[in-house]
Amino acid sequence: MDFPIFHLDFFGNRFLIAAIASLHVVINHMLAVGAMPLVAFLEYRGIQSGDRRWDDLAYRILFVCFIVTTTLGALTGVGIWLSTSLVNPHAIGSLIRVFFWAWFAEWTVFVTEVVLIVAYTLSWKTAWAKQNKKKHLGLGIALAIASWATMAIIVAVLGFQMDTGVWTVEPGFWTAVLNPIYLPQLMFRTPFALVTAALFALMLTGFYTKHDPEFRGRAVRTISAWALVFTAPWLIGALSYWKAIPARMLENVPTALTSLAFGDFLDPLKFIIAGSVLLVAVFCIWGVTAPRRLPTVLLIIPVLLAIWQLSYFERVREFIRKPDVIEAYMYSNALRPADYPLYAEDGLLKHATYTPVRTVTDENRLVAGREMFRLSCSRCHTTHGLNGVVEKFGTMYGWQEWDPAAVRTYLATMHNMRPFMPPAPGTAEEQSALADYLISLRDDPATLDGAQTSGAPNRIR
Amino acid sequence: MESIANWPLPLDIPLPLPADSVLLQALLVFLFLWHILFVNLMVGGSLITMAFEILGRRRPDFDVLARSIAGTITVNKSLAVVMGVGPLLGINVLYTIHFYTANALTGAAWMSLVPLVTLAFLITYAHKYSWDRLAHAKGLHISLGLAGTALFLVIPLIFLTNINLMLFPGRWLDVDGFLSALWLPNVWPRYFHFLTASVAISGLFLLFFFLRSGSDITDKLETMDRAYLRRLFYSIALGASGLQLLFGPLVLISLPAQGMSWYLIGVISLGVVLALTAMTFMWREIVSPKPHPMRRATLVFTLITLTAFAMGYGRHVYRESALQEHRALMAAHTQEVGWQAAAAQWRDATGQTLVRVPLGQKIFEGTCAACHALDKVLVGPSVQEIAGIYGENPGGIVTWTQNPGRKREGFTQMPAFKLGEEKLQAVAGYMIELGVPEELGAPEEAVDEG
Repeated sequence: MDFPIFHLDFFGNRFLIAAIASLHVVINHMLAVGAMPLVAFLEYRGIQSGDRRWDDLAYRILFVCFIVTTTLGALTGVGIWLSTSLVNPHAIGSLIRVFFWAWFAEWTVFVTEVVLIVAYTLSWKTAWAKQNKKKHLGLGIALAIASWATMAIIVAVLGFQMDTGVWTVEPGFWTAVLNPIYLPQLMFRTPFALVTAALFALMLTGFYTKHDPEFRGRAVRTISAWALVFTAPWLIGALSYWKAIPARMLENVPTALTSLAFGDFLDPLKFIIAGSVLLVAVFCIWGVTAPRRLPTVLLIIPVLLAIWQLSYFERVREFIRKPDVIEAYMYSNALRPADYPLYAEDGLLKHATYTPVRTVTDENRLVAGREMFRLSCSRCHTTHGLNGVVEKFGTMYGWQEWDPAAVRTYLATMHNMRPFMPPAPGTAEEQSALADYLISLRDDPATLDGAQTSGAPNRIR
Repeated sequence: MESIANWPLPLDIPLPLPADSVLLQALLVFLFLWHILFVNLMVGGSLITMAFEILGRRRPDFDVLARSIAGTITVNKSLAVVMGVGPLLGINVLYTIHFYTANALTGAAWMSLVPLVTLAFLITYAHKYSWDRLAHAKGLHISLGLAGTALFLVIPLIFLTNINLMLFPGRWLDVDGFLSALWLPNVWPRYFHFLTASVAISGLFLLFFFLRSGSDITDKLETMDRAYLRRLFYSIALGASGLQLLFGPLVLISLPAQGMSWYLIGVISLGVVLALTAMTFMWREIVSPKPHPMRRATLVFTLITLTAFAMGYGRHVYRESALQEHRALMAAHTQEVGWQAAAAQWRDATGQTLVRVPLGQKIFEGTCAACHALDKVLVGPSVQEIAGIYGENPGGIVTWTQNPGRKREGFTQMPAFKLGEEKLQAVAGYMIELGVPEELGAPEEAVDEG
């Protein structure tokens, strides 16, 4: 409404955020939050046993983490911000007003984290030579704490988006931070990161210690045991998180897990999820009991499973909070429920900053409908691409003819049938123009350009 | 540039700022300087590294220097990113609407920052860690470094274009994509101003880096001693600073008048005086046969730091004043629509129906009626008299209102009301409808009051 609308009409805007965010979570949990405590622990084993091989292994794992986290890890973190501010500037702008000081605190910890990882990595070799390993280990422990703290702060925002708690009644910083989902989600993510990071380290260990089967066995056993220790807290965390999710959102879970079209796969999928968790546990037990018989190539499997689990978990979390982007405050389409009565009286187009038309007339119906689509649908849907509206209506009504009256009725009532959809905003006349535009798309392969290519639409006719 | 009344007028985010605006502004200016310092060291460091590595093919000592500088870039680039997050947060919260609008209008380039910076960083690591391995394929190694440097040259341009575009809401409707925003006034002078500053700051930084007490660089060099390094890096810093005598004025001249003020000129002039003083000291260090101790370098560094503060503050002063009017209009508009939304919510909740007041009537009653009554002189002439004059020409009312002419004898001068064409036409239509008696018929050009 208040911004020129960035839009990707093939991949869709959701995909942009999802791709960047999933990558970031995988790197953050597997190579930073979960990995730093393990690296420090392996360094400690080296100091304690006087065996240089522990120290070398720890450094090689750290070096991979260092290169990836200070490039792709840091940049995808900024990327989440850049992509959300393109796709839903109103939502991220609102979150920043509420959580500014949390983000600010997180940033100071992040600066500390980066300084520590640079210092920890670049002083590793000289620390052994200078015999000040204990001091160096202190850096590692501080780094592990800082890595965890950045996540611990940011998770507050994610919890808030799902359940704003008492904030809508008592707006304030602390009521927002201490939302009902915050601590349960943190309890879940912490061991999740520790377990997945151990699986990643296990894979690296397999490759790095190939030439030394005796040490490989000891290292694999130690790291597998480390992973196994955190499996129980992981399951407890998952349970408490599940309990904290509002009942309304749990109804979205089947759709979130599959998608509307694949609802039938729900039961098999539950087995796949349970199975993948079990498989991870089996690998860890195998690593503890018979480490030398665990083939290196097989160690890739738990890492792939972990990547899948991490990104899949994020998808489910992002989906079940729908239709809201900030629970009870803003819908995913960037409109606030509080403004709906105004839009119903005056029309949505009247209050939009960037639109070539403000009232619906017989001549401009399709242009008005297109702008309605841009303003109220395009944050989640494309025209013909991923999650496209043409495909949705085709699935519902077939490909022969779409009855305008039926589409209008659907728009007016869809939020009752599909609880994850926000209600359609605007006047009946505007929704009718939107219906006409949607129907026109069936035979029109034209795509919808975003502001990044065509500018604000004010001058387009 | 069009009149401010025709600028896009979005609503602001209807949530309070997290702290006092002045505190947030101070934080933004301060944190941005830290960010730009490391960006300067990253970009300037890359340029100097590559120049030295190429010179190193003829004179190996330059290669030794280049390698040593490359070691600083990977640290400085990490700090440039993390120190950027703080000011980014500040600009997001203070200029939410303006900044995100610029981002959306240049969206493809803005989003490509993530892969571009990632790639630039990975190449920088590859360049740094392959110095020995590619010692016998120097051409390849240099190409790798140049590729990373090229990326470092593109990335700031994307940021700068956004920061510039956000200042000019009057141009938002003209922009379609990054490339068109690139040609708005001030982008290129500012870009070269930034690049030369990067080289100047990096020259000074490297002076300290190589001549610090713990440095063992001279042990590794065959033909260069401390005096040589001192002259070399002072010359780089001074040469680049000298170029600012060209780019600085270009930046100032190409700034649109929208945010200009004498206060700003004063702040910038202070910066210029500080910079010129620093340059004088640098010149003396270069020509003097007996160099001063490093204390002199500290003085130069302090002066340059103060220059950066003056320029950074000046930049902020310009931004604030360039956006002042637009933000005031936005705030009023946001409040008004907020009330409308609250009223609509209440009606929705209580099942009331809405009585619509036409736009022209609403504005007339809220703005004009204080001076103009229907049938008698209040402060200005009556609506009936006005309608009599402009009955066939409502546009005349619009033109007059935007820019009232000389006053009649005995009347107070009317102020200009720049409410925008659309609203003024609505008012004009309403006034004619009100002022011309029914039986004479409404004028043909009566405006729809939408």
